[in-house]
Amino acid sequence: MLPLVLDTVSFAINGRTIIDRVSVEIGAGPRTVILGPNGAGKSVLMRLCHGLLRQTGGSIAWRGANGGRQRQAMVFQRPVMLRRSALANVIYGLKVAGFSRTERELRARDVLEVVGLANVAERPARVLSGGEQQRLALARAWALNPEVLFLDEPTANLDPGATRELETIISQINAGGTKIVMTTHNLGQAKRLGDEILFLHQGRLVERSPADRFFQQPMSAEAIAFIKGELPWS
Amino acid sequence: MSKMNDLTSAFTQAFGLIGRLDTELLAIVGLSLEVSLTAVVLASALGLPIGAAIAVGRFRGRQPLIVVLNALMGLPPVVVGLMVYLLLSRAGPLGQLGILFTPAAMVVAQTILILPIVAALSRQVIEDAWHEYREQLRSLGAGPLTAAITLLWDTRFSLVTIVLAGFGRAAAEVGAVMIVGGNIDGVTRVMTTAIALETSKGDLPLALGLGVILLSLVLALNAAAYWVKEAAQRRYG
Ligand SMILES: Nc1ncnc2c1ncn2[C@@H]1O[C@H](COP(=O)(O)OP(=O)(O)O)[C@@H](O)[C@H]1O
Ligand SMILES: [Mg+2]
Repeated sequence: MLPLVLDTVSFAINGRTIIDRVSVEIGAGPRTVILGPNGAGKSVLMRLCHGLLRQTGGSIAWRGANGGRQRQAMVFQRPVMLRRSALANVIYGLKVAGFSRTERELRARDVLEVVGLANVAERPARVLSGGEQQRLALARAWALNPEVLFLDEPTANLDPGATRELETIISQINAGGTKIVMTTHNLGQAKRLGDEILFLHQGRLVERSPADRFFQQPMSAEAIAFIKGELPWS
Repeated sequence: MSKMNDLTSAFTQAFGLIGRLDTELLAIVGLSLEVSLTAVVLASALGLPIGAAIAVGRFRGRQPLIVVLNALMGLPPVVVGLMVYLLLSRAGPLGQLGILFTPAAMVVAQTILILPIVAALSRQVIEDAWHEYREQLRSLGAGPLTAAITLLWDTRFSLVTIVLAGFGRAAAEVGAVMIVGGNIDGVTRVMTTAIALETSKGDLPLALGLGVILLSLVLALNAAAYWVKEAAQRRYG
């Protein structure tokens, strides 16, 4: 279904423009990190891409074969866990996506194993720790075998240890062939996980570069200020 | 002094009735439970899906519907009784059924009485959950029907307390069952109507005995509702 092509996409609400004429093509392969300070519009842009919001201007299209919602998944900054076991949460996603009963159980056990939650599979999801819940959300999304996985600040509420665990799993998922599109306001995380950086500032896509170049020779004044820590980002 | 003695002896006799499982008392309690349990099952079978549909649905007239539903929670039982009486009376539109002054009519009246309670309160609970779940469920690809079913299941512990509240309201009301049941001895006499009658006749022991049982029932229901929620909160978060 990739590439995802955004053509002068805008989003306004209550007369305020939140996303301002963003044009970009997101292709298969490298991990794309949408970087920017708080309030830049990263979450809104991601919701537009995932189809949870409708743009008020421009167009968003999946240009590849086999398009549609089926093959994309998203992990939210604050994931919502259903009141049932960790395993049942993963199975739920698979059921809604139309996987067969036997396949659901197998895949669910499988992904829980990979994210290191096999030992708490039967525990109610909502009593798991923040880090465990975020890994569970990742497992639930990944179990659907998406072509693209959107991650909205997946580690924003986690301690450094849990953050590292999650980043490792994200890299594994990417190595397995799933396209990662992730937002963060954290420079360190963007460096660790980003192959290419989309730098967003006040709703505008200010810069798009390979990660190395972005951090060594940022081109826009906003990116330079952000990297020097002159823009608020925490 | 003698008044005091009357009261003491009435209480003693009341507990005597309960203690030796007096058949008349048991029959009245049994019919009460039967009627109100049936009513709450029917009201829940209708009210919970209605609540979920209004919570998740987007349709014209939704807001007025919610306002009306909320207002109907305060329906006076005697008004419901009167309406059902008119429906079921010989000349009424459903007179052919011939169920006026039978337990079936009482079930109908109590179902109508508590349906708005179950629907309105569950609508509120499910809508609150919907705000939290909405994007996640949409992201996973759930349509409105799947979402409604998911929310019904995920709010199940709160819904149980709503259903118990509905049962409590049904078991404790007197006006509706009095009008459509007629308080016929051995046929349609339930706890509340019996208490009203026996008190007016001056037969305090039976009235008191039933009053004690009714009060215990309401207390037990509230304890159960509280306990279910607490236990669920601890276990499921
Ligand atoms: N539903 C909404 N209604 C009104 N304003 C919104 C809404 N969602 C986001 N915003 C505003 O849009 C801006 C960008 O928000 P967001 O995308 O969450 O930023 P980021 O994720 O980059 O921190 C913020 O100023 C926020 O207040
Ligand atoms: Mg955000």
